[in-house]
Amino acid sequence: MVEEGSIRVVRCGGSQLNFRRAVFSADSKYIFCVSGDFIKVYSTATEECVHILHGHRNLVSGILLNPNNHLQLYSCSFDGTIKLWDYLDGILIKTFIVGPKLHALFTHSQAEDSVFVTISKEEPDIFQLVSVKLPKSSHQEVEAKELSFVLDYVNHSPKCIAFGNEGEYVAAVRDFYLSVYFFKRKKTANFTLPSTKNKKNAKNTFTCVVCHPKEDCIASGHMDGKIRLWRNFHDDRKYTYTCLHWHHDMVMDLAFSVTGTSLLSGGRECVLVEWRDGTEKNKEFLPRLGSTIEHISVSPAGDLFCTSHSDNKITVIHRNLDASAVIQGLVKDRSISTGLMVDPRTKALVLNGKPGHLQFYSLQSDKQLYNLDIIQQEYINDDGLIQIELTKAAFGCSGNWLATVEQRQENETELELQMKLWTYNKKTQGFVLNTKITMPHDDHITALCFSNVENYGKPTLVTASKDGHFKVWILTDDSDIYKKAVGWTCDFVGSYHKYQATNCCFSEDGSLLAVSFEEIVTIWDSETWELKCTFCQRAGKIRHLCFGRLTCSKYLLGTTENGILCCWNLLSCSLEWSAKLNVSVMEPDPNSENVAAVSQSPVGSDLFVFKPSEPRPLYIQKNLSREEVQWGVFVPRDIPESFTSEALQWLNRSQFYFLTESQCLLTFSTKSPEEKLTPTSKQLLAEESLPTTPFYFILGKHRKQPDEKLNETLEKELVQLPLTENIPAINELLHTPAHVLPSASFLCSMFVNSLLLSKHTNSAEEMPDDIDMDEEKESDDSDEENDFTEKAQETNTTDLGEDIIHQLSKSEERELRRFRKVDYSWIAML
Amino acid sequence: MGEFKVHRVRFFNYVPPGIRCVAYNNQSNRLAVSRTDGTVEIYNLSANYFQEKFFPGHESRSTEALCWAEGQRLFSAGLNGEILEYDLQTLNIKYALDASGGPIWSLAASPSGSQLLVGCEDGSVKLFEVTPDKIQFARNFDRQKSRILSLSWHPAGTHIAAGSIDYISVFDVKSGSTLRKMIVDRQHLGMTKSKCIVWGVAFLSDGTVISVDSVGKVQLWDSATGTLVKSHLIANADVQSIAVADQEDSFVVGTAEGTVFHFQLVSVTSNSSEKQWVRTKPFQHHTHDVRTVAHSPTALISGGTDTHLVIRPLMEKVEVKNYDAALRKITFPHRRLVSCSKRRQLLLFQFAHHLELWRLGSTAATGKNGDTLPLSKNADHLLHLKTKGPENIICSCISPCGSWIAYSTASRFFLYRLKYVRDNISLQRVSKMPAFLRSALHILFSEDSTKLFVASNQGSLHIIQLLEGSFKHLHSFQPQSGTVEAMCLLAVSPDGNWLAASGTSAGVHVYNLNHLKLHCTVPAYSFPVTALAIAPNTNNLVIAHSDQQVFEFSIPDKQYTEWSRTVQKQGFHQLWLQRDTPITHISFHPKRPMHILLHDAYMFCIIDKSLPLPNDKAVLYNPLPPKDESDVFLRRTTHAFKISKIYKPLLFMDLLDERTLVAVERPLDDIIAQLPPPIKKKKFGT
Repeated sequence: MVEEGSIRVVRCGGSQLNFRRAVFSADSKYIFCVSGDFIKVYSTATEECVHILHGHRNLVSGILLNPNNHLQLYSCSFDGTIKLWDYLDGILIKTFIVGPKLHALFTHSQAEDSVFVTISKEEPDIFQLVSVKLPKSSHQEVEAKELSFVLDYVNHSPKCIAFGNEGEYVAAVRDFYLSVYFFKRKKTANFTLPSTKNKKNAKNTFTCVVCHPKEDCIASGHMDGKIRLWRNFHDDRKYTYTCLHWHHDMVMDLAFSVTGTSLLSGGRECVLVEWRDGTEKNKEFLPRLGSTIEHISVSPAGDLFCTSHSDNKITVIHRNLDASAVIQGLVKDRSISTGLMVDPRTKALVLNGKPGHLQFYSLQSDKQLYNLDIIQQEYINDDGLIQIELTKAAFGCSGNWLATVEQRQENETELELQMKLWTYNKKTQGFVLNTKITMPHDDHITALCFSNVENYGKPTLVTASKDGHFKVWILTDDSDIYKKAVGWTCDFVGSYHKYQATNCCFSEDGSLLAVSFEEIVTIWDSETWELKCTFCQRAGKIRHLCFGRLTCSKYLLGTTENGILCCWNLLSCSLEWSAKLNVSVMEPDPNSENVAAVSQSPVGSDLFVFKPSEPRPLYIQKNLSREEVQWGVFVPRDIPESFTSEALQWLNRSQFYFLTESQCLLTFSTKSPEEKLTPTSKQLLAEESLPTTPFYFILGKHRKQPDEKLNETLEKELVQLPLTENIPAINELLHTPAHVLPSASFLCSMFVNSLLLSKHTNSAEEMPDDIDMDEEKESDDSDEENDFTEKAQETNTTDLGEDIIHQLSKSEERELRRFRKVDYSWIAML
Repeated sequence: MGEFKVHRVRFFNYVPPGIRCVAYNNQSNRLAVSRTDGTVEIYNLSANYFQEKFFPGHESRSTEALCWAEGQRLFSAGLNGEILEYDLQTLNIKYALDASGGPIWSLAASPSGSQLLVGCEDGSVKLFEVTPDKIQFARNFDRQKSRILSLSWHPAGTHIAAGSIDYISVFDVKSGSTLRKMIVDRQHLGMTKSKCIVWGVAFLSDGTVISVDSVGKVQLWDSATGTLVKSHLIANADVQSIAVADQEDSFVVGTAEGTVFHFQLVSVTSNSSEKQWVRTKPFQHHTHDVRTVAHSPTALISGGTDTHLVIRPLMEKVEVKNYDAALRKITFPHRRLVSCSKRRQLLLFQFAHHLELWRLGSTAATGKNGDTLPLSKNADHLLHLKTKGPENIICSCISPCGSWIAYSTASRFFLYRLKYVRDNISLQRVSKMPAFLRSALHILFSEDSTKLFVASNQGSLHIIQLLEGSFKHLHSFQPQSGTVEAMCLLAVSPDGNWLAASGTSAGVHVYNLNHLKLHCTVPAYSFPVTALAIAPNTNNLVIAHSDQQVFEFSIPDKQYTEWSRTVQKQGFHQLWLQRDTPITHISFHPKRPMHILLHDAYMFCIIDKSLPLPNDKAVLYNPLPPKDESDVFLRRTTHAFKISKIYKPLLFMDLLDERTLVAVERPLDDIIAQLPPPIKKKKFGT
């Protein structure tokens, strides 16, 4: 039972994985990438997310391995803090509070206890590179205010700054300038490229810069696709550069291999180019990477590369240029024209992703499930090319059918339109194309919806179009003599005074169809396709239309462009109520009567949740986000929550997700931020990270048995033992990760001292009971077969308050006691 | 500026021969360039890259190698198997010596300059000692299997590297024996070629040998162990030439694709002494094969089949940003190839082995400024005069009346009498020309076509009286005592009283033709003279120098004129001084004594001495003449220089009469169209 808190708007995954370069761990086992406010740790072998490092309160803007301890990770964020993480265990080690918004983070091995960040000056768009001294302190949160200025007028993107030759110099590029600052000489060398004077040099702008790991060589990428290798830049006059030119569009990112023998570059061509020995003739390609390469990074071990793509994808690539793994986030490359939908089968969020594809995205695991290729044509990445666009999609009949609409418009008069109907194939567990209809309408299709109830056993689809018609499509037997094939045909064409049809909607029981024609709503009987009645409010064109559900099924809701929300009663055929609300998104909850409406105001977006039966909203959330909310959807919960407070009841059955203009996927959460943090950041995960091989099970059991025996003996002998939980030295010893502990010799005396029995143990009487209880529980658990689940349970059953960090897990306690027991007996024998 | 009717002549079908070798001399800062027809040209890099000397070509001589030795002695060798030495004073060939090893492919002077090496077709490498007035065969090195295409001395003079077909050999100079053989790889992008020609080698003082070859590679070898150190694949076609800087911190290679690559020795990191060769900048200034490259301390020089000599300065080595820092492309010779008979409207074009005489077309139409007038009569090709013998024509001239044509080759002087009978033309050679006239460097007729002036390469000037069908030698001005410097520019005053002559470096001498004696000498100026002319009536001598300075010298007063002094005091416009082609012709308007007309390859200019000189802030190139005379602003901004850049590249421009100009253009596209097709390269997006 989760404690009820206030509702907060939270980012819910689907964040950009390609915001910054991904970082490899030293052993190339893990790959780190920023993901909104979090840092995600993926396994390079399995593509699975191993940890999510929570803690920042704003976008994470940079991550880097600690150069002095490769098991730690630095991160910086727009919230003005630098955090140090233990990524193996997912623990936040330290927080350094810097203050201003941090845009990028850099370190190098020679910079002891200081890192470099870019911050913006007072004026916007002017950034400077500063070094931050990280004070040595044992506190969790440390203020790091000692900033020293390095370079001014730098580009905010971390791709435009690079440290070279173990921190001897830093290279920064901006527009047409390359500046190199030498730390030892405290001198800056500036190099300028000829700029816009003529056509040839117009695209000389720098886009990115990297430094050679071994030699004094700077590689810079340019807008026109050239890569320049700068050398001899210690001298303002004698500097020289070489050009490498293969890309025809801008170079998005560059990376040197660990030894510096090859240079990797990528751009809009979706091809990773490897330049060997820095020569133009000797290059290798990895083509067809799917979309624009935004970032390239190289593992410190040198065996892996990875490319981040504009479609929110990270591709892990072997040294021999074989793509080995793909980590795909929510694709947010282009405008979302299909809106948000929920696949009734997988409960996955469905929207258009890669060009011409429909993506199925699991909200629970923040992972793309799969892509459905709708257009089935090779995408050619070229400016000015008019592509076929996937504009509409709808699921019907509990996920058995999927309808999609694609269009391509070269100019005003030429419109290519295609509607495809896909059926779910249980064998292949995927959608298979059933019917393809070219030019289903003469003009743009504005809406399509399936009937929720099969009409005489026939699935029904309605499409509304700007050509003034709505068409009803039903599934019929195809003209096959075996009567096995089925296909969709047009059953009815309806129109109303040549007005453009703008929306369509079926009632919950499928008996009525509402179609809006500009300002007029028409209600049709779905059995006879007879016009039943019309509603007209003369309040502007209808923007949304939906029927009420469950107890409110007699209501029809509509919103207009003039900012009126209307509710009609279908029984009395009259307006029940109306409200002045400029609704940009209206979504009914499929599991309740609730309807969510997001209204747009210049300040921000507000959310109203209401039942159609009463004009009073159930819940209002002002200032949902600063940006315009474009789409929203209710996703049914797997396990219904049971909030009792009125404000939260609407979240019991479904969760509301919405997408803003900048394509942030947001939702509502009732959990407090601290609570969200607990599961990963405050528990030791060393045991869980053991691989569950057959050996593990065998050994695990073996280890268990002596434990049990010991426990039995313990039961008899444990009389005078002190309560270990209360000894701080042991706590500290056991809770600190091994690699940050001081040396064993240093700890030894403290540890032994702590074990010595003090004569004034006042807790001696309480203690046996406590342990007895534990033992009982232990023996109960050990009856269970699987040792693994038992341990997991233990972590769950720890009913801990705020002092969770000072408590041992049971297994550790046991381990410690056993150790002490043995020790003690040995002393006694002497 | 005034309006002119312009004959825009584009039928001068001149194609400069391709460049085969260049050799840079550090001591005198001069560049020797040999062309495929055997012509050797000497450019003075200090004097604004002026082509100050040239040696005419010869059909049987094809220069394959060119080098400077023993200070400023110039040697060449070619496929006829001869080694030639050039006399830079008298501009003729001192001697030719057969190396008796078949065609010679390569030639290299030792670092001290006292020895010459030649690589021959039969695989032999021969060593010659350079003696003060000749060269002497010393010995043969170990004979190789096939022709020696390239040679390079170790800077210490102890070893040499020789590039042959498929391998490079390293010789010990003392013993003449082969120390190492380094086999080059024939593989090119996975494809094996039938053979790999080592087009060039360079021996560095640390023992590294750099080779360039026909599979497109630049390779660095360790000569001590004979191992390949580093290989740069830079081209899909042959890499044909290499040149190393004296400091050995950079070298340049030229490829058959027309690209020149610069390699530099840069330190790997700032705090280590380890250095590596890195390919830095590619330069694509050529369309065809770059047959040869040279590396001066401040510039990369390249030349090839496309006939351009390209001088690309190294920005980091240039001290001041002046006109030396600009890229230069020299295509046309800096001397006149066209002469003109004003009276008959004839043009004489000089080619390597023939002369062409054309009559200009005419028109009856009139039109506005800028109109193209239709021709009522097309230009007429009157005469095609082929030379006898294999030698190239050095210079030629047609008399102003159009009835005499004279030309000279290295061994003979020819004079022809032309007779016009209606549309027919008859040609009669004047025989028995005296032998001392041969290899004349400049020929000039007097304005009334009665006298012929010949500047010979011995430094003397000859005056010949022309009679109907015969001639009489009137006088010879002997050079100043002790000097044998060739005279190469002449100018005669229209009244026939004065003759001005200038040599390659010394000042301009003015002779009185009535008294047949030296009148005066114009004070010497440090830059060579590029054009000379004497104005009518005033007898002012106008002299243009290679640094773009123009002087006016009054012959009767024996001093510079007032205008010239003002010009010198105020100085020329910055842009005027930054032009990079020399003024090749000066003429005068008969009715406007204040005007001087001059041109170079890219502009035609009228200097109006009555107007104020422009200062550096004024716009030098005034694109349009003032249409409205009352415009105050335009009047205020008018200055002495009226420049027209409509016609380019301009080979010749002169005034035919008061209102008619003739301009001879040679568009570069027409030249390229006559060259063999370049190597086809895939261009992105096509």
